[in-house]
Amino acid sequence: MALTESDVRHVARLARLGLAAGEAERLRGELASILGHVSAIAALDLEGVPATSHPLDLVNVLAADEVVPAAGVEAALANAPDPVANGFRVPPIGA
Amino acid sequence: MTTYEAVIGLEIHVQLRTRTKMFCRCPNRFGDAPNANVCSVCLAHPGMLPVANGEAVRQALRVGLALGCRIPERSKFDRKNYFYPDSPKAYQISQYDQPLCAEGAFQVPGEDGGFVVGITRAHLEEDAAKTIHVGGEAGRIAGSGSSIVDFNRAGTPLLEIVTEPDLRSGEHARRFLTLLRATIVATGASDCDMEKGTLRCDANVSIRPVGSTGFGTKCELKNMNSFRFLERGIAAEIARQTALLEVGGRVTQATLHYDPSSESLTVLRTKEEADDYRYFPEPDLLPVAPSPTLLEELRAGLPELPVARIARLRDTYGLPDATAATIALTPSLADYYEELAALTGDPRLAANWTMGELSAHLNAASLEAAASPVTPPRLAALIALTVAGTVGSNAAKTVFGELVADPAVDAATIVERLGLAQVDDADELGAIVDAVLAANAAEVAAFRAGKVQLIGFFTGQVMRQSGGRADPKVVQALLNDRLR
Ligand SMILES: [Zn+2]
Repeated sequence: MALTESDVRHVARLARLGLAAGEAERLRGELASILGHVSAIAALDLEGVPATSHPLDLVNVLAADEVVPAAGVEAALANAPDPVANGFRVPPIGA
Repeated sequence: MTTYEAVIGLEIHVQLRTRTKMFCRCPNRFGDAPNANVCSVCLAHPGMLPVANGEAVRQALRVGLALGCRIPERSKFDRKNYFYPDSPKAYQISQYDQPLCAEGAFQVPGEDGGFVVGITRAHLEEDAAKTIHVGGEAGRIAGSGSSIVDFNRAGTPLLEIVTEPDLRSGEHARRFLTLLRATIVATGASDCDMEKGTLRCDANVSIRPVGSTGFGTKCELKNMNSFRFLERGIAAEIARQTALLEVGGRVTQATLHYDPSSESLTVLRTKEEADDYRYFPEPDLLPVAPSPTLLEELRAGLPELPVARIARLRDTYGLPDATAATIALTPSLADYYEELAALTGDPRLAANWTMGELSAHLNAASLEAAASPVTPPRLAALIALTVAGTVGSNAAKTVFGELVADPAVDAATIVERLGLAQVDDADELGAIVDAVLAANAAEVAAFRAGKVQLIGFFTGQVMRQSGGRADPKVVQALLNDRLR
């Protein structure tokens, strides 16, 4: 399935990326080459082979439901660019 | 004119009752200072790895088993990508094509024969952070000054339950959700409190001509926070869509909010294109594969579920479905009822008291039945006095109030102390009847002239003169005798 410029624009929009003039065409080429690499798998006969969701052959790696004390508000907000009243202030959310 | 039927499916989010969050070991707790319960994992600091909470998996499986779901041999987690400040990773860990619990069927009993709701799936995911909008216009996102994010809720475990579009009315939706809630509460997986937001419900509503098997354009009703609003919101949306189609219009796919105070629907946004979350498998988490032994253990550990208890109360005690359902939905009330039914030997009378005076008292005092000062033996003793004719129905209510007020005293003592014993002595009551008739000569004449409904007036007067203690049967007999 060929990748189109409108696919590129759609994915860019989902990722909230602005594209400059000409970028969509350039990225279409780059992305198509990456996807083309992965699509080599399509040449194989995979009838009846379940999809791999994880490379490790492990299941049920679960944690016990026991609280580990949290780092605290101060540590949590240490990297906040604009903390206010124990909260992270962020720009208004556009509609 | 075309007649339409509604096609409704629900999406329910249940906050699980674990000690820690879904993928980190921060406390899963509300009411703390903002950002007190956060760590590098739930703040999405680079390089941090999630580990799934084993207890959340067990609770979700208990719910799945209670809903009659098939539990697949293996399930996995996926990333649901979206950008919003309530999601620090810019994706939510959820389950896409391999949910923990697959298709099930849930029976909702009722006087009308009941109905079955298919469960499409139930899967685990993490909740988002809470954002508070400050500045700008109150309550409106557009034009607000800024948002403040509290990550305490971020990463807390949610079970999302999706139903098939099997519901046909707001009433069905309410009945289904009421029973679903009671079932989940019975498993112990959540307290399912809609006011606290530990149970949230969205509804997908469309309509189609009766007899058609296709689907109309559906609209999504968001976050209805009570059973009553769920029922009313769906009814309002069905009416809105029907009105549109009847004038030749068409339904546009949209997300709506129902405002119960004005009983109106507001369009939050219309959907020009389908949501696109670019789901892909979560590489940081391993699949979950519940063993048959674990499933057997969880199944064996389930309590008697509400749907089974409704059937048992109906069959064992001969209660009507609606009564059985009301009692069975609250386990402690059902336990109380069963003890009372056994003590009195009269299941119907026990049900009347349980649904009537007892429930009113429990609601007024916000008590669980087990915590009521009126224990089943104390109430049974009062019921025995009514059956024996010692107290009439009004006096019995007074006695009940006294049982609530003074946990140390028994019904017989109250009756004696307050002189509430029913008077059935024909001489004593006969004197009152004679006095009432003498004082109301005009009414007596009217009665004799054919105005027979005045018998109620005379009875009332006698009851009042006796301080409510007269045995109504004796009064009837005396009045009939005197007025003949
Ligand atoms: Zn955390």
